[in-house]
Formats: sequence, C-alpha cells, structure tokens
Amino acid sequence: MESMLHITTLHYLVLGAALFLLGVIGVLTRRNVVIVLMSIELILNAVNLNLVAFSRMWGGLHGQVFAIFVITDAAAEAAVGLGILIAFFRNKETVNIDEVNLLKW
Amino acid sequence: MLEYVKSYLTSSQTPGAAGNMFWVLVYILLIFTGLAIAVMLMTWLERKVLAHMQVRLGPMRVGPHGLLQPIADSLKLLLKEDIMPAEADSFIFWIAPFIVVLAAFTVFVVVPFGPTHAITDMNIGILFMLGVSSLSVLGIVMAGWASNSHYPLIGALRSSAQMVSYEVAMGLAVVSAVLMTSLNATGTGTLSMIGIVQAQQAQGEWFIFKFFPLGLIAFFIFAVAMVAETNRAPFDLAEAESELTAGFHTEYSGFRWSLFFLSEYTAMIAVSSIAVTLWLGGWLRPFPNLLNGAIWDKAFSFLPGIAFLFLAAMCFYNTVRMPKHPLFRVQTIGLAVFGVFLGLVGLVLFVPAVSIRVQDIFWFAAKVAGFMYLYIWYRGTFPRYRFDQLMQMGWKVLLPMGLGVLILTASVALLQQKLWHP
Amino acid sequence: MLIGGILVITRKNPVHSALALIVTLLAQASIYLMLYAPFVAGVQIILYAGGIMVLFLFVIMLVSIDRVQKERQFNSQWVVGIIAATALGGLFMAVYTKGKDIFPEHALPMVENDNTQRIATMLYGQYMFAFEIASLLLLVAIIGAVVMAKKKI
Repeated sequence: MESMLHITTLHYLVLGAALFLLGVIGVLTRRNVVIVLMSIELILNAVNLNLVAFSRMWGGLHGQVFAIFVITDAAAEAAVGLGILIAFFRNKETVNIDEVNLLKW
Repeated sequence: MLEYVKSYLTSSQTPGAAGNMFWVLVYILLIFTGLAIAVMLMTWLERKVLAHMQVRLGPMRVGPHGLLQPIADSLKLLLKEDIMPAEADSFIFWIAPFIVVLAAFTVFVVVPFGPTHAITDMNIGILFMLGVSSLSVLGIVMAGWASNSHYPLIGALRSSAQMVSYEVAMGLAVVSAVLMTSLNATGTGTLSMIGIVQAQQAQGEWFIFKFFPLGLIAFFIFAVAMVAETNRAPFDLAEAESELTAGFHTEYSGFRWSLFFLSEYTAMIAVSSIAVTLWLGGWLRPFPNLLNGAIWDKAFSFLPGIAFLFLAAMCFYNTVRMPKHPLFRVQTIGLAVFGVFLGLVGLVLFVPAVSIRVQDIFWFAAKVAGFMYLYIWYRGTFPRYRFDQLMQMGWKVLLPMGLGVLILTASVALLQQKLWHP
Repeated sequence: MLIGGILVITRKNPVHSALALIVTLLAQASIYLMLYAPFVAGVQIILYAGGIMVLFLFVIMLVSIDRVQKERQFNSQWVVGIIAATALGGLFMAVYTKGKDIFPEHALPMVENDNTQRIATMLYGQYMFAFEIASLLLLVAIIGAVVMAKKKI
C-alpha cells in the first residue's frame, strides 16, 4: 500500500506512452485532415511529457528547456500544416484524406 | 481547528503559500463577492457617467439616482426566457459562456491586493494571468460557432482575431515591465505579482516613471492593448449594437447573456489590475519615496476615511436637493440612509487598527477604479475603429512600438547594471 | 487526460475533438505543475491552449462549413492502422516491463522557486544557438503559412 502512493517516473512514462498510442491511432485511422493534425499535436504532447518527467528524475532542467523548444516547433508546424490544408481545400473542396490522391498512378 | 484558523493570522505570507486552506476559501469568497458588487456598481456607473457626458441624466427612477438599477437589470435577465437556436450544437452552446466566465474569474487567483492579501503568489504569476486571459478567446470562438447563424460567426471570428493580435502587444509591454524588476543587486528579476510590486517599492519609483519616457510608452501600449483585448470602445466593432447586431452573443438571451456581460466587466477589472500592479505600484500609496516618513504615512492613512466621508457628503447634498414632493419621499429617505451608511464606513476607516489592514486594499481598489472611469471615458469620447484599421494598428503600430520599447529598456537597464553594480 | 485523448480521436464533429484536445492540454499543464515545471506549464497554457487551439478552431470553421459529418469517420486503411498501433503498443509494453527496475522509487525533490530564472540562464547561455534557430524557424513558418494561404501569389 505504501508503494502504491508514490508516483514514480514510470507512471509518467506509461501515461506518455498511452497518449502517444492514442495519437498514432488517430493519425492512422481518421478521415478528417484536421483531426489528423490534432492527433499529431497529441503525439508531440506525449513526447513533452516524457521529456519533463525525465528532467525531474535527473534533477536538471535540460528536459524542460527542450520541452519549450518542442512546443515552439509544434506551433510552427501546426501553422504550416493548416496553411497547406487551406490551400488544398481551396482546390478540392473536401477534407477527406482519402481524396488526397493526386500522385496515385 | 481553531488553532489552524488562527495560525495564519500572524504569518507574513499569502494563504496559498502558507498552505492554509480555510483562509484560502475565505479569500476566494471575499474576492468573488467583491467582484460581483464591483460589476453591479460598474453597470450603474457606466450608464450614469455616459449619460452625464452626453448632457442627459441616465437612470433616475428605479432607486434614488438610479442606484437600484443594477438589481432591476439582473432580475430582468434572470427571469427572461432561455432561447436556444434550433440547429445549434447544444453542448458547445451551453459551455461557451461558462468557459469565458471561468477564464475571467480565474485570473484573480494571483491578483495582489496587498503584500499578503492575495489568494496565492505563484512564482509565474504574470505568465499565469496572461495565459488564462487568452483562454477566453476560445470561449468566444465557441459561442460564435454554436449559434449557427452568420452574424455571431463573423462577430466571433473578428473578435477573436482582434484579441489574439493585441495579446502580442500586451505581452511585449509586460516583458519590458518585468525587465525593470531585475535592476537590483543580484540582477535577477521575478515574475510573481507580489514580487513586482515589492521591486517597485525597493527601487523607490513606480515603473511608469522609470527610465522616462520608456516606462510611460510601455504603459501606453498596454493601456491601448487592454482596451482592445476586452472588446471595449473604441475597439468594440465585434459587439456594438449598430454594427453586427451584437456580434457573438446575438443568440444568447437572459442568464447566458448576463454571464457574457459579467465576464466582460470582470476581464476589464482583471487587465486593469495587471496594469496597476506592473506600472502603477500595486498597493503602494502615492509618492512612496518622495514624501516618506512616519508623518506622511499617517497623513496618507487618513485618506480612505476622508474619501468615504466625501462620498457620504455628496449623498447628503443630493438628498437636500431632491424634489419636495410626497411621491419622492421614499427615494429621499433611501438616499439619506445610503449616505449614513457610507459615513459610518468612513468613520470605521479612521480607526487605526482597521486602517492599517485595509490601507493596501484601498489604494489598489482606488487605482483600479480610476482605470474603470477611464474605460467609460473612452467609450463616451472616441469614435469606433473600423476592423481593418483596428488590425492595422495592432500589428503595424503597437507591435513595432512594443519591440522598440523592449530593446531600449533592455539596453538602458544593462547600462545601469554595468555602471551601478559591476 | 486519457479520456480527453480518447475523445479527440473518436468524435465525429471536429469542433468536439478540438474541445477535447483543449481539455487534454490543460490537464497536461497541471501535470507539468506536479513535475515541478511551472514555467513549462505557463508556456503550455499560453501557446498551446491559447494560441494553437485558436488557430485550429479558426481553420475548422473555415473548412467545415458544410458541417455534413454524417459520413463515415474512419478512413479506408483503418485495419492496417489498428494493427500497426497494436504492434507499437506491444513494443511499449515489452520495453516497460523489462526496464521497470531502473527507475528510483523516490525521485529527487526539486525546488521550484527560481525555476524561471534557471531556465532563462540556460536558455540564453547554453542553448543560445538553438534559441536563435527556433526564432528563424518561426520566421520561416510565418512566411510559409502566409504564402500557402494567399489567394494570389
């Protein structure tokens, strides 16, 4: 009972892995492009959680600094991804990922 | 239990830092009640002051000089029928005003009314306030979307674009103010709200006057950005009656609309308290260093009582000027009773034991009240900005000015640190 | 946080998914507070929940105006996707059950009073180059997004 009350680093890592898994399922199985992009944000958040959990374990702050950089990168990538989405939507009038097949032979 | 309650009274920290949950709850209740009363007063004050600026009288019927008008307004809003549009997304429609109110009220967790009079003192205080006030944009976008009609959608998109643009300018102004807290011997600043006011106290001048005119320009940028952030005149294109038929809260009626209204006024008080804490010295009395000494402290400590006695005197003067008609008897007696009440509060504030504790809160509230009057003044004076002029000003004028102020402040601060504390 | 994540990937309406993602991000911010990282929590609330999600909501409103989400919501390769995700999950479980013992029971207690100052010292000292590169990246992203979404180049 004593050891159940301590939240060790392993618990945070398992939570991060679960979120990562949910994000991967979202990316691979959804039709709506916007929801795929949101699942990518879930994946990045899971990575951040791992980084900050390890930073706590080792007592240094390198993990937290890197997590800040990851958040910045996620913002940039979301902006560009949504820009591409808008440009695509203007041509094809759909947000269905199955219709993104211009390169198919 | 009683020991737990009494153990806080002698500590010198905020209840959150001391970990005393009972006093945290007491402070939360006090701030909530105070905010509710302040918002009701604001609605009355806005209508009266706007009316007097437009050479008319404003509400005069409901109570003496319209003092009971807010109560009548809130009763009406509570009893109105609650309409939901047919095709609207009911979950989002229901939750949107809730999010806006939550974001507006959560900001007050870190607002410092005194050196120990805050709910808690996070060491990322100012970052928390900026972040939580940016969550209200989400509520507005959801409100516009869930209403399922053109005007709210366009109003919500415009309003949220405006709020996001001016958040950038606000952030730059805040950063240049926080920069000034690091001008001490160790060279480390702080993001905590109480720490910022204590830095102003230690450096002996309010940040608005520091490195003249840089502090003033930073304050000016923040003042303009905060009016745009709360969708108030002259930046209220998204919700003015003559423009988009009330914008994103068109489809809301009754109690839900009053929640939006409540959150707008609370957000006004919240950003005003950020401005007061960062630039105008928080709870410090005027001239903390120019006129220092025990005698000046005593003289300034009489001011709260004198202010309330002045308000009571105004009430009595207006009682005497009431028309002497039997139908006005109730109003005259009501105004006289209100004047007596204000006078009693003023007299209580002269007692030194009360005055020492309440002094900080009084100065903070007085400065925020000044900002509220400025808000109403802007609404009565300035014409409305067109939306493209609004966005142009946010990105092309305030942002470069904010960057310039930040760079100049950083250079001057670096110079000062090298010269004074090498 | 897990409930929020599940809701993100299973709702039909993209606005509901965005709301669930906001809840997940706010829960993540509070977990950062538990991990003695208040600055990262503040940055997460301002940037992620207050900035990126507003961007997502804007694009959802511009793009899904027809609001006909009565189609199927899983794409045509969902079987392979589920198999791949199960394989990944199996890999994770194998790694965690093998390596369970290398983590200490009680983590080092970290003080958080000067967390912001220490991060700032590191950011402007040791990671200065990464900081400048990140700002260059943001510039490129802004220009890219504007060029992508313009009507006429």
